[in-house]
Amino acid sequence: MEFDFKHLGFTLLGLLIVLNWGLLMSALMQKIGARVARRIGIRLYQPWIDLIKNYAIRSQISHGIMFYLGPVFRFSGGVGIFLFMPLIVGSVMWSNYSFQGDLVLIMYFQFFGMLGMALGAGESGHPNSAIGISRGLAQFTAIEAPLTLAIISLAIQYNTLSIVDIVEAQQGGIQNWSAWTNPFATIAGMLAALGSMGHSPFNLVKAPNEIPIGPPTEYHGTFLGVLRTNAAILHVMEAALFMNLFFGGANNWFEFILKTFLIYFWSVFVGVVFPRFRIEQSVAWFFKIPLIAGVVAIILFM
Amino acid sequence: MSDEKNKFENPDYAKRTVIGPDGKSFVVDPMQDYFLDARPKVYEPVSIPVVEKFLNWARSESLWVLGFGTGCGSIEIPPLMTPRFDAFRFGVQSRATPRQSNVFIISGYLSIKTLKRVVRSYEQMQNPKYVLALGSCTINGGMYFDSYNTINRLDHYIPVDVYVAGCMPRPEALLAGFNKLKSLIREGKAENGNKYVKDFDWYKANQKKIIKDWNMPDYNW
Repeated sequence: MEFDFKHLGFTLLGLLIVLNWGLLMSALMQKIGARVARRIGIRLYQPWIDLIKNYAIRSQISHGIMFYLGPVFRFSGGVGIFLFMPLIVGSVMWSNYSFQGDLVLIMYFQFFGMLGMALGAGESGHPNSAIGISRGLAQFTAIEAPLTLAIISLAIQYNTLSIVDIVEAQQGGIQNWSAWTNPFATIAGMLAALGSMGHSPFNLVKAPNEIPIGPPTEYHGTFLGVLRTNAAILHVMEAALFMNLFFGGANNWFEFILKTFLIYFWSVFVGVVFPRFRIEQSVAWFFKIPLIAGVVAIILFM
Repeated sequence: MSDEKNKFENPDYAKRTVIGPDGKSFVVDPMQDYFLDARPKVYEPVSIPVVEKFLNWARSESLWVLGFGTGCGSIEIPPLMTPRFDAFRFGVQSRATPRQSNVFIISGYLSIKTLKRVVRSYEQMQNPKYVLALGSCTINGGMYFDSYNTINRLDHYIPVDVYVAGCMPRPEALLAGFNKLKSLIREGKAENGNKYVKDFDWYKANQKKIIKDWNMPDYNW
């Protein structure tokens, strides 16, 4: 594929839209959580102010080179997923660079950010960071098992690992979505989604009232700003991944926003109802129903 | 290092030579390895007034409070964040780590033992940082004015931006204190993080006068 400035412009514009939608969505979800607790909650523009405030912190301290690189790795993980994720079906410009990548690459980018963050937070030397990392990696490994099985099942079903092809195979009505044609993979994937979104009951890693804040304990100012920018992009992108895999992708931006909202809302909906798991409970949970659903999905399409 | 000071020091923190698992010996100095004790620096505001004004507005609308309850006043913090008063509406959120916080609420009396932790936590917060002192105890000692192990005036030890008087001040008073702090930040008058650095020696002398078992570096960020 030749280098095209117009394509690059559309990709950057898409990144901007996704970033702002991610920030708005996180504010909406906090607002929903607050209403469940009978509070009014934060203002809708609070995430933007928090970002500006964090970038405007004057003094920053470093614990070493990896401490600097941790947020950079995490951010490149989030942007990497964005670059290879088709946003709108059939649109060349809004498909980013998805033709050059596939599902395996996106799975890799998901883990890449985690590992970079683990190295960076590890160098900060804070014991809470180290505990948070070990818990986070253990939980993410448990999440990967059903998620990978669901993705392999889809790959067998559609005979491809390209997300673009998987989305295009689901066009032509709700009955063609993977959610109907491959329900067990959808169950495994959406239960794994609960974990990868990081809401309660699987928010042990980053919950402020557990080991304080977890891996980013020592991160502040611009470091934290980069992490939060990435979190906004990553949340939309994870919702977009599940949208593309199981719910037929999006034909326009309205559909994109509606579907990503609902998929993200699914984790918040579960989160406000169920209390937090301990780490051994959450790891064990992923090895029960989600894993069995994933194995069944594989067996059905063998 | 005087002998009197050594008396209080934990032997685990002493400088010593250790033989590692590979048979090589190396020197461990935990006081230097665990802490950085460089002198703090003054961070001047941005010189363009419009930019600084905008940033100050953002700072005032996003106050992250360090969850550190020092005295009985910390009982007023939970109602502040829960449905009755819901401080999230005003951009006040709590953080569990001093690195990410901007506002330090000293909630009530401070025993000398706690003061040591307060100084460390305050120094770990990043500039700009603000202190909100809650209750009469932080102003003049309050009902503990003649106690043997509490301090009387907080601003001898760390600079204070806003005092909220009362015993105990209710959450409404705390919210009023937050509003006062916000207007101070917007006017650019909340520069106590820099004031602490400029009067560093005075604050340190005061702290050392009252904390007898000073077994940490002078400045530990």
